[in-house]
Amino acid sequence: MTAFGHVIKRELNLAFRQHMDSLMVLVFFVLAIVLFPFGVGPEPNILARIAPGIIWVAALLAAMLALERLFQADFEDGSLELLALAPLPLEMSVLAKVTAHWMTTGLPLIVAAPVMALMLNMDPDGVAMLLLVLLLGTPSLSLIGAIGAALILGARRGGVLLSLLILPLFIPVLIFGVSAIDGALNGLAVKPQLLILSGFFLASLALCPWASAAAIRQALE
Amino acid sequence: MTTFTGSQLQCIRGERTVFSGLDFALHSGDALILQGANGSGKSSLLRLMAGLLKPESGSVMWGQENTADEPDAHGARLHYVGHGNAVKPALSVRENLGFWARLRPSQDGFGVDQALARFEIGHLANLPARYLSAGQTRRLALARLLAAPAPLWLLDEPANALDARSTEILADVIGEHRAGGGMTVLATHARDIPGDMQSLSLDDFTARTVS
Repeated sequence: MTAFGHVIKRELNLAFRQHMDSLMVLVFFVLAIVLFPFGVGPEPNILARIAPGIIWVAALLAAMLALERLFQADFEDGSLELLALAPLPLEMSVLAKVTAHWMTTGLPLIVAAPVMALMLNMDPDGVAMLLLVLLLGTPSLSLIGAIGAALILGARRGGVLLSLLILPLFIPVLIFGVSAIDGALNGLAVKPQLLILSGFFLASLALCPWASAAAIRQALE
Repeated sequence: MTTFTGSQLQCIRGERTVFSGLDFALHSGDALILQGANGSGKSSLLRLMAGLLKPESGSVMWGQENTADEPDAHGARLHYVGHGNAVKPALSVRENLGFWARLRPSQDGFGVDQALARFEIGHLANLPARYLSAGQTRRLALARLLAAPAPLWLLDEPANALDARSTEILADVIGEHRAGGGMTVLATHARDIPGDMQSLSLDDFTARTVS
């Protein structure tokens, strides 16, 4: 197994041993969505209309929640210094950590999302599209979030700062993610939205590990 | 024979010049003790040597090669043991060490279990690291030195939290490393590790602030 694989394995191992983090994200996601029928009222048509937006916003906020700890623990105990000095380039270590982070927080959201969608009375056509756009969009969230998580290293009140830095960058994913689902529900073309989401993912895949590694090196100085 | 040298190093932290005009030279088998008062820049110099910090001016050379040109190659030839132990409480002792050893694949070297045994924590290998005492955690961090070989060891207060017995083991391990041609740089405020070593007092390079 390569060094890249070892980092992923270690992160997954840690996540399973300390499963509260992943569980917290999932429970937050479910609770945030469940609040809406209470607030908006149980009118099925209204809920179905706003379901894509609710699920996406809840997913953004839930993803936010776990990001703060992405590098923080490794920064505090000195692991990040060792990763920076390891033969594996820091960019690859960052990518491995982000991959593991997505597998432990993004994937559970995707699994829970269809149930939430049905609860909000979303049409089955929309549910299939919801799964697809979440699959395309959530990796971008983890990748972009990694930059924020690296930038807040060593800052006080990092969690709040992180949301201020990162949430605006999540807006494009939100817009095109929701509009693809709306398109599928109304029988419109969805290809452009899917292509933009894919492009967004590829761009963040190329840029974010590099930017996060630069921010981490800065924090280690 | 390889040499590890630094010339005219200057380090600025915040707005303050920590040290300037500092030179050092190590040949294989050498050990260097960095001494100085709190805040004299011992840790900063070690981090400079590791490449975690960039010198304000001056250069750190491995043989003829400037280490700033190839940071990854430089990282691969050194072990850095800093203030943090990089030990995850949720993982077992063996998993903790195994991860860092596997990041630096090599044929020779001690192997994880032998490295643990050398620092006398072999019997704790399957225990989650959260149950280790401070001294045992430090020994686990030091076991990284043996689990994967590297010619240059940079140790920041390595004897922190160690008892007399473990400090002796550390001194022996450093002795063996030097006998095999390895280099060691230690930062310590108390001269707590026995052995015949050069010493560099950072107080001599501290910029005198005129106030």
